[in-house]
Amino acid sequence: MPTRQGSFKRLVEVGRVVLINDGADTGKIAVIVDIVDHNRAIVDGPTTNVTRQVIAFKKVVLTDIVVKRLPRTIGSKALAKFLEKQQVVETWQKTAWAQKIVARERRAALSDFDRFKLMRLKKQQRFIVDHQTALLKKERA
Amino acid sequence: MANSRTNQLVPGISRLSRSKVFSKRAAYKIAKEAKPKVTKEKKAAAPKKPSTTKDLVNALTQKKKTLVTRSVALEPKTVRKAQRATPLRKSITPGTVLILLAGRFRGKRVVFLKQLSSGLLLVTGPFKINGIPLRRVNQAYVIATSTKVDLAGYKVDAKFNDAYFKKEAQAKMKGTEEEFFGKDAQKKEHPAHKIADQKVVDEKVVAAVAKVPYLASYLASSFALSNGQAPHTLKF
Repeated sequence: MPTRQGSFKRLVEVGRVVLINDGADTGKIAVIVDIVDHNRAIVDGPTTNVTRQVIAFKKVVLTDIVVKRLPRTIGSKALAKFLEKQQVVETWQKTAWAQKIVARERRAALSDFDRFKLMRLKKQQRFIVDHQTALLKKERA
Repeated sequence: MANSRTNQLVPGISRLSRSKVFSKRAAYKIAKEAKPKVTKEKKAAAPKKPSTTKDLVNALTQKKKTLVTRSVALEPKTVRKAQRATPLRKSITPGTVLILLAGRFRGKRVVFLKQLSSGLLLVTGPFKINGIPLRRVNQAYVIATSTKVDLAGYKVDAKFNDAYFKKEAQAKMKGTEEEFFGKDAQKKEHPAHKIADQKVVDEKVVAAVAKVPYLASYLASSFALSNGQAPHTLKF
């Protein structure tokens, strides 16, 4: 019998990397270091400027990344060593999720002139692609 | 609270106007009593100036019917407001590209030169790029973009002031036949000195614009919002 528990791939556990969505640390990743109850966890991000704090799960979203073999209630300094060894932050930055966030922020920060230049470059790109496509179509016809 | 019917809306302003008060009081409906003629006997019988304390008390407790005249003459209010030019937004510096939001050239992008003494902004297309001449523009109808044209060390001639742009007073022809049938096709020629001035001012600006790729075509284009764009979320 298929269990509902089986459909949850990302679990709240010590070592789970989370992305903070609410509050002063919005947009930063941190690691679950201990669990308080079914609503809250202690989270710490020494390499990403997140102070060790109790945070509600509602303010956070779980990522696919887990810091392996992390002891519960580990201190900040030791946690930083773990993060460096397993290259957690780099793994996160390589994910499509993180890259999409970066792209979104870049697009929002474009100035009016930047948007104009983008439009012109896209047009050029479109022309090159469409031209080649048309040639190929003609060839195959 | 709406529909409050107090006599005064705001201290000094009554809810009802003079005419409304008049019609409401309807004093005209009440038959006025004929004023009794004060005969000499009655005048003699009128209360004399109080001499005893009892008379004094009586005199003081009677309601005063005469108006009290002003001891100090009325003076006009001293106005402490000074008329000054609108302060320039921090985002607008010489060389800033502005987007015009109203007027003949709405949507166009222009280069800001300087603020005139009236507070209006002196801008130029440059004329060769987008057809906008040296012109005055109100700061309120302008979006300042973060794009700046490098006009370092370039000082706009002081002759470009508000008087330079002031419209010439036209001979009044209102109500005449000429005005009704339209003036003779006498297209006013643009003064030659203004064309020359434009060239002089634009020379430096065009040179600075040419250094930045795409900037000339950017200034030639118009601003528009496309689907999904909201000006309050856009960065300019």
